Amino acid sequence: MAGIVSYGVYVPRYRIKAEEIARVWGEKEDMASNLNVFEKSVPDSDEDSVTIAVEAARNALKRGSIDPARIEAIYAGSESHPYAVKPTGTIVGEAIGVDHELTAADFEFACKAGTAAVQACLGLVSANLIDLGLAIGTDTSQGAPGDALEYTAAAGGAAYVIGRENLAAEIEGFYSFTTDTPDFWRREGMPYPEHGGRFTGEPGYFKHVTSSTRGLLKKMRTIPEDYDYAVFHQPNGKFPVRVARQLGFSMEQIEPGLVVPWIGNTYSGSSLIGLAATLDVARPGERIFLASFGSGAGSDAFSIRVCDGIEDIRNRAPRVRDYIEDVVYLDYAVYAKHKGKLRL
Amino acid sequence: MRFMRSVSIIGAGCTRFGERWDDSLRDLVVETGIKAIEDANVVGEEIDGLYVGNMSGGRFIEQEHIGALISDCAGLSRLHVPSTRVEAACASGGLALRQAVLAVASGYSDVVIAAGVEKMTDVTGGVAADALAAAADREWECFFGATFPALYAMIARLHMHRFGTTREELAAVAVKNHHNGRMNPISQYQMEITVDKVLKSPLVADPLRVLDCSPITDGAAAVVLAPTEVASKYSDAPIKILAAAQASDTLALHDRREITTLDASVHAARKAFGQAGLVPKEIDLAEVHDAFTIGEIVAIEDLGFVEKGEGGRATEEGLTAIGGKIPINTSGGLKACGHPVGATGIKQAYEMVLQLRGEAGERQVDGAEVGLTHNVGGCGGTALVHIMSR
Amino acid sequence: MSTVPRFWRHIPQRYNLVGNHCENCDERYYPPRTICPNCRRDAKMKEYKFSGLGKVVTYTTIYNATDDFKRQTPYNLAIIELDEGPRLTGQVICSPEEIEIGMRVKPVFRILGKEGERGIIYYGTKFVPEKGSV
Repeated sequence: MAGIVSYGVYVPRYRIKAEEIARVWGEKEDMASNLNVFEKSVPDSDEDSVTIAVEAARNALKRGSIDPARIEAIYAGSESHPYAVKPTGTIVGEAIGVDHELTAADFEFACKAGTAAVQACLGLVSANLIDLGLAIGTDTSQGAPGDALEYTAAAGGAAYVIGRENLAAEIEGFYSFTTDTPDFWRREGMPYPEHGGRFTGEPGYFKHVTSSTRGLLKKMRTIPEDYDYAVFHQPNGKFPVRVARQLGFSMEQIEPGLVVPWIGNTYSGSSLIGLAATLDVARPGERIFLASFGSGAGSDAFSIRVCDGIEDIRNRAPRVRDYIEDVVYLDYAVYAKHKGKLRL
Repeated sequence: MRFMRSVSIIGAGCTRFGERWDDSLRDLVVETGIKAIEDANVVGEEIDGLYVGNMSGGRFIEQEHIGALISDCAGLSRLHVPSTRVEAACASGGLALRQAVLAVASGYSDVVIAAGVEKMTDVTGGVAADALAAAADREWECFFGATFPALYAMIARLHMHRFGTTREELAAVAVKNHHNGRMNPISQYQMEITVDKVLKSPLVADPLRVLDCSPITDGAAAVVLAPTEVASKYSDAPIKILAAAQASDTLALHDRREITTLDASVHAARKAFGQAGLVPKEIDLAEVHDAFTIGEIVAIEDLGFVEKGEGGRATEEGLTAIGGKIPINTSGGLKACGHPVGATGIKQAYEMVLQLRGEAGERQVDGAEVGLTHNVGGCGGTALVHIMSR
Repeated sequence: MSTVPRFWRHIPQRYNLVGNHCENCDERYYPPRTICPNCRRDAKMKEYKFSGLGKVVTYTTIYNATDDFKRQTPYNLAIIELDEGPRLTGQVICSPEEIEIGMRVKPVFRILGKEGERGIIYYGTKFVPEKGSV
């Protein structure tokens, strides 16, 4: 039996409001209400998926007082790795002070690269092949200027230390549903992604999240009411609310983990930051349901039971709420400069 | 710390400083060499050695081996004269002078030329700035985003915080030096400026603005040295070297004992005054290292002309003007005269020679008998202090 | 900016503020020194990892930078005195109005620079005000 020994998140402090983006593009509709996303996080010009991953990982190690020498696998998932060839994981490893006896590789599966990394760590840990594994989901996602995605594409990351003992939360089981569905993609070398518009909804997000959720509930022989909390991938503030209702989860269950209205869609960080926000408040014995979604497409669902250990470690590093509340607002011009949208 | 025999300057020359588009480094070397040698009344066969200060031939003109280059340009290669390039960033010129003095003082050489040259305008401003940044600590200052002006700006900021030095007092240095430069035929800038103009110039590294900073300049200078006992054979007005002192300090500003004091200047000055048997108030005028306006303020404190912290006030009150108690940078300093890095230390000696001979024209300091030159490398990793007299 | 081996050699120093400590005279150094200036050959140097907490000794805001850093201006540069003693030079991320002498800072992991669009990315430590940051 394996699970979460510790966790950490990082969200850059800059924000841009949906209304500011709408102002620049002459958008008359109330985009913030349409999407239920009021503002999104913006990385500083010297931040990227690697620096975010490092801060999240350092927080995870600090929270759980983890000796970095025990980490024997690092899997970093992102769709904005700064290098196409040269792994994010090795830079994170050096920055957190691992010794060199470990394996590492980078993952990509749109917004669910982070949960895939968790599954890989679970495998190695459960098979007793490693002591601790570090799974990271991190992104500084890009939305093309003027495109709908610009309102939600944000920056942030979460890191999870996976192990066998001293668990903060046990992962009781997982179930994944994966198909070849081209709902959203980015070709090699292109700066911005393409998406299928409304096609990303039903055939994309909803089909995969509902399939993985129903699959896990059946496998675990549980029903939504058995869970105290539920976290779904948050591309905007509407989809997770709708899918929760479709599946029989309540607003009370998803509320603590619903962070997208305040920080936007952090892509590979999204469901993992939502999970962290939930772990920040959940009590020992409570149960959390998590389903991520990655375009391409797939969904990983997890059944998680919070352990006594959470109380000891919870407050030893910044909580999601601390990052949500630490804000500096930008106007569109400075935002564009930070995101490198101005081709210099 | 004693010369085996006394050394004097028997001749000096200097090119016009500025953006010398038509002239290469070689052209500048020859121009100044001829002036110095003619002034010294020596012939090629008499020259026992050459020393040249040049900070960064490699970065600016992709040329190293500058020692051999200047010997060749000067037509001295066939005489196989030993020629040595020395480097101490912005103090390369002062270092060349000291090395040449020691060569003569030791008895090893008789007639030696100390030159300095820098050709900075063949590259763009960005490349030049990066070449100059090599005077700082590349690994631990520049890598983290430090620029050369930024280091002096941090000295200025702390000096203002600790001693109440004002922005106007910094500007007063630039105004004075431009006023002096206007009267110097070789000066890069020959126009007056005002405090207001300095304060309105664009920010480079707060609190330093464009007019607080010395410019990018091409130029060369040379002096000819001989033993004092035979100097009158060559010159009616040989200038005796009373002291040639040098000191080092940490490379990075953050490692200094005290950020608002350049210990290298203090120690070099102490050794120089000791060697000459003089104290600061016996100096009639000085050329000091004003790569940035704050540099001059700190220098006149470190050299002992004013108390620590008083440099700004002293400048604003006119203490360092040509008619003042201790005229500083009558040449226009680095700020107005220009700063072809390797040449500056020798130009300072050239100015001192003119002043001590009474040949400084409009900018002459009355009764100038003993002068001091002060040349700094980087933001204080090296300092050279020379004292000379009529 | 620099060559790859020169940057790589000092990754532990830049990522994690690893300096050293002379056990003979008890002085701590960052960046690390091979020779202790106090003890020279009598030095007993051991690796030492600094917390990164410290205060601003002096600072400037750079408006005009070398080519490598041109896109980042204006940015703050400071000499920071670490709590354990040594001083270092580093960027402080806050507005030019916010930074002041004596301000407490803590370390963050950021991009120091990039070698153009195709070269490597140099990561390292910068600083933020301790007060008011997460």
